[in-house]
Amino acid sequence: MNWSEFFAMGGYGLYVWGSYGCAALVLVGNVLSALHKHKTTLKMLRDYSRLDEAGTK
Amino acid sequence: MNIINYKYAAPRNFYRLAGTLTPWFGLITAVLLGIGLYFGLFVAPADYQQGESYRIMFIHVPAAWMSMFVYMMLAGSGAVGLIWNIKLADMLATVSAPIGASFTFLALVTGSLWGKPMWGTWWEWDARLTSELLLFFLYIGFMALQAAIDDPRRASRAGALLALVGVLNIPVIHFSVQWWNTLHQPASISAINKIGAPAIHPSMLYPLLIMALAFTLFYFTVALMRMRAEILQRERHTAWVGEIAGGKA
Repeated sequence: MNWSEFFAMGGYGLYVWGSYGCAALVLVGNVLSALHKHKTTLKMLRDYSRLDEAGTK
Repeated sequence: MNIINYKYAAPRNFYRLAGTLTPWFGLITAVLLGIGLYFGLFVAPADYQQGESYRIMFIHVPAAWMSMFVYMMLAGSGAVGLIWNIKLADMLATVSAPIGASFTFLALVTGSLWGKPMWGTWWEWDARLTSELLLFFLYIGFMALQAAIDDPRRASRAGALLALVGVLNIPVIHFSVQWWNTLHQPASISAINKIGAPAIHPSMLYPLLIMALAFTLFYFTVALMRMRAEILQRERHTAWVGEIAGGKA
C-alpha cells in the first residue's frame, strides 16, 4: 500500500478524512475550551481579589 | 462534625485530586487513541461491502456511544445532586453537557459523511437520526437553561429535571433501529450471527473497542479539567479559593 492509495481511501477519501478531521477538531476544541475556561476563571478571581484588596486599603 | 467538615472539604480535595489525575488520564487517552487509529486505519482490512468508507465507523460509533454515555452521566449526576444535594455531582452534570453535545455533534456529522456515499443522502428523517438530533437539542437546552439561571443551586435543580425527562430519549435512540424501519444499519456488536459470534470481525472489533475506550477516557480527562474551573467558580467565596486567586497558593 502506498501513501496516495491510503489517502484516497478507495475513492471515499473526502468522507473518511472529513470524519477524522471533524473528530480531531472536536477533540482539540474540547481541550482548548477547557483550558480557556480554567484560565478565564482564574483571571476573573484574581481581578476580584485585587479589587477586594484595593477596597480595604 | 466530621461529616460536615468532609462535605465542605470535598470540592477543595477534588480540585487537587483532579489536578493530579488529569495528566495521567490525558496520557492514557493519547496512547489509546494512537493504538486505535493505527489498527483502525492501517491494520484492519477493507470491508467487503463498504470498502474503505466503513473506517468512519471507528469515529462514528464511539462518538454515538459517548453521546448517550455522557448523557447518562449528566442525568445520573444531576439526579444525585438533586436528591442528596451534593455540589460535586451538580458540577459534573454541568461540565458534562458541552462535552456530550460535542460528541453528539460528531456522531451526527460523521453519520452524515458516512450516509452520503452509502445511502446516497446526507440526512433522512428516520427514527435513529431524528432521536440523535433530539439528544443534541437536549444538551443545548440543558446548557441554555443553566446559563439563564443565575443561582447555581436553582440552575442545577432545573437542569437535572430537564435532563431526567430527556432520559426517555436514550432507549428510543438505542432501540430505534429495531422498532422502526430505518436506513440505519442495526448494531454489529450485540448482534449475534449464525455461528454465535458478533457480526463484526475481531480485526475491526478491537480497533472499535479501543477507540471507544479512548473516547471514554477523553471524556473523563476533559470533565476533570472543566471540574477544576467549575469548582473555582462556584467556591469563589471560600478562603482556599481566595488564596489561589491571591496568588498565595
